[in-house]
Amino acid sequence: MSSIAPVIDMPTKDLDAWFNQRFDEKMAEREAAHTPSMTIIATKGTMDMAYPPFILASTAAALGWDVSIFFTFYGLSLLKKQLDLKVSPLGNPAMPMKLPEGPSWIRGKELPIPTSIMTLVPGFENMATSMMQKTMDKKGIARIEELRELCAEAEVKLVACQMTVDLFDHDQDDFIPEIHEWVGAASFLPRALKADVNLFV
Amino acid sequence: MTETTHTLDARGLNCPLPILRTKKAIAALASGEILEVTATDPGSVKDLDSFCSQTGHEMVSSEEAADGFVFLIRKA
Repeated sequence: MSSIAPVIDMPTKDLDAWFNQRFDEKMAEREAAHTPSMTIIATKGTMDMAYPPFILASTAAALGWDVSIFFTFYGLSLLKKQLDLKVSPLGNPAMPMKLPEGPSWIRGKELPIPTSIMTLVPGFENMATSMMQKTMDKKGIARIEELRELCAEAEVKLVACQMTVDLFDHDQDDFIPEIHEWVGAASFLPRALKADVNLFV
Repeated sequence: MTETTHTLDARGLNCPLPILRTKKAIAALASGEILEVTATDPGSVKDLDSFCSQTGHEMVSSEEAADGFVFLIRKA
């Protein structure tokens, strides 16, 4: 700095002040022009775990962010035309098991059986899923189909993992046409590198 | 103050639907017009504030009424 100062004929102190001010202005300009971006990796295919990626993506898009979701492994099933998502109490001791309907003395009460025992009952997952769905509908929580549609509408890039399709012998025709592209890790990572927010779900 | 002619009923909806519906409704407005949003989700109070500060729209007022929270938002 001291070697430049004489050249432009300004005391170092003034030059520093001038530079700091210009730097702050330029940074503010840059920040104002910057579109925030987010990339999400969705790896889970259960109904409960389908919510975080779609809620965060649709909200971020509403805030004006540029969003991509990379669907891989079981997460890829979230892009199927026919969604058949289930929620499992297995290995999920924190899942509240409350009846959404029925007489008031039973409604909203926790069932006093550990979830690990409940899951041994045949058909229990289906029952838990329909209970969860009923509770969500009653509380005004959007269905996954609706959130997914809103994401596509808001131009969230739904990126599908090519390897998963091959691995699980899926048929590409079973997936929604809104899919932005079918790629692998090497195509997704450069996008994640530039994003402000990266999430793994 | 400008008269509000645009309203959005987001009552009974939960996160993130009030935000998404607001975003959609506001897109149809002209700059400077005001949208009145009514919501029952208590989270929407802070979330709509944050929505406004991120998107540049102005939160003209935000209050609790008998039938929910009422927000007046002026489009940027």
